[in-house]
Amino acid sequence: MEKLISKYFVEGKTFSLAEYEQDGGYQAIRKALEMKREDIIETVKKSNLRGLGGAGFPTGMKWSFIPQNTGKPVYLVINGDEGEPGTFKDKYILRHAPHLFLEGVMIASVANNVHKAYVYIRGEYVKPIQILKKAIEEATAKGYLGDKIFGKDYKLEIVVHRGAGAYICGEETGLLESLEGKKGQPRLKPPFPAVVGLFGCPTVINNVETVSYLSFILNRGPEWFAGLGSEKNGGMRLISLSGHVRNPGVYELPLGFSLRKLIYEVGGGIPDDKKLKAVVPGGLSAAILSPEEIDVGLDFDQLRNLKTMAGSGGVIVFDETTDLVKALTVTMRFYAHESCGQCSPCREGTGWIYRILKRILEGKGRLEDLNNMADICAYMGGTTICALADGAAMPLRSYPQKFRKEFEDYIQNKEKQLQTV
Amino acid sequence: MTELFNKIFTKEVLAKIDPVVAKYETRRAPMLEVLHLLQEHYGHISLEMEEAVAEYLKVSPMDVREVVTFYTLYYTQPKAKVRFNVCRTLTCNLLGAENIVKCFEKHLGIKSGARTQDGKFEVKEVECLGACELAPMLQLNDDEYFGHLNEAKVAELIQKNK
Repeated sequence: MEKLISKYFVEGKTFSLAEYEQDGGYQAIRKALEMKREDIIETVKKSNLRGLGGAGFPTGMKWSFIPQNTGKPVYLVINGDEGEPGTFKDKYILRHAPHLFLEGVMIASVANNVHKAYVYIRGEYVKPIQILKKAIEEATAKGYLGDKIFGKDYKLEIVVHRGAGAYICGEETGLLESLEGKKGQPRLKPPFPAVVGLFGCPTVINNVETVSYLSFILNRGPEWFAGLGSEKNGGMRLISLSGHVRNPGVYELPLGFSLRKLIYEVGGGIPDDKKLKAVVPGGLSAAILSPEEIDVGLDFDQLRNLKTMAGSGGVIVFDETTDLVKALTVTMRFYAHESCGQCSPCREGTGWIYRILKRILEGKGRLEDLNNMADICAYMGGTTICALADGAAMPLRSYPQKFRKEFEDYIQNKEKQLQTV
Repeated sequence: MTELFNKIFTKEVLAKIDPVVAKYETRRAPMLEVLHLLQEHYGHISLEMEEAVAEYLKVSPMDVREVVTFYTLYYTQPKAKVRFNVCRTLTCNLLGAENIVKCFEKHLGIKSGARTQDGKFEVKEVECLGACELAPMLQLNDDEYFGHLNEAKVAELIQKNK
């Protein structure tokens, strides 16, 4: 299978500007600068490129929503917060191919008439941030960023902004708040960031990986890119594979690639040939799938049909020995810790659920706990400003739904376990 | 400028911070960066520093306080010299993160969240650090990642940082 972004993932190596150019880099942006803005957007629409941060929104369509006649500047904000547990792909892009990413930022900027782009990266990614800053210096020295990029009458500046350890800043409006120097508490929508975004101006928000595919699309054509993936899901994406698999890591696969093949061929199967118990298919916030459900293609639409999501492409594999009550407790502890505290159903709900699950783990569970959790779960979905509570509700609903007996056994055979987290 | 401001925002500090602040559209926007840079310089963010930041960014001290306490990467107390942040989220938990915390307990005699008596080592469990391929893993001193941990590696990390 051909590699696009991941051909740069050479262990221990960062491709410098010169090396990237030798490999044909920075040709697509030159092309973009000769194109009409509308034509770039049309090309990206035709490519079926989807937002790879998690929402899967068609990128070209997102761009076409940006009003260009407000008299205000348009900003591009790149989401590199990469906080969804199970996801670690953007780190690889920044570490190995910063110029591929920068070229993508440039193309997205030109397409949306942006002259200033902010790149928001989680503060824990110390080395990737250093690498990106160095790459920006290289590009600026070469005249690829600055007042006249590539000798054209086009100004572009890129600012790197470090996060400070908050999952909620991966939510796009929480991220904007954080970029404005505030707590990362999400904003009520509408208005959507496309219209009222950063500093009250129209704002495009794209993921690191999404823009990193733009140069391929411009160089080789949207039809080629669309043809790599599945229906309405263009191209490839970086899947982060972890958990009980022999070869955890980042794999670039066409949209729609079989989940079964990912686990058993690409990932080398489960250590000690244990059986599969369940899979998280798209980051911690995705509903889990049982072994009967893994003959599915990893794309946004097929996984939605299974009432889960492709999300950020983070696949976590559970072998047969996995304690699902514990796994759900650990999962819900995460949301209780990361809830920003703004909306009551999320702030209180995630905490209640965590405490109930912890009690079950400690051998003090009651059968009515399962119904209580389902109740709380129902009040958490769709009742809050952002999707964190919905993200917590998805695993919370799916674990007891698909593995109810395991939860009941846990509650009824108290003497058997005494777990803590 | 108040005396407090001049004490915190020395010439040396301003030389680092001013160019960063100049990149942003509003005075308040670079708050996170200003706090990061101050923390790199002084080690942690004291109440005094929060007040000076408020003066520098022309916001109220409360605006700074709520940012400092909202995010997990800011320290409001002096840090331990060697900090092990052990990831506790799902993949790391599946692959034995709890055991890694126990290894630290065995070798350093402290539980998660605590500091050794000499103030040198601290072990803390944190949420996902975006490195599940390395599970179980940790971040050392808010910088480098170490993965595929086991007891021998924990002992080695402690030894190397003594």
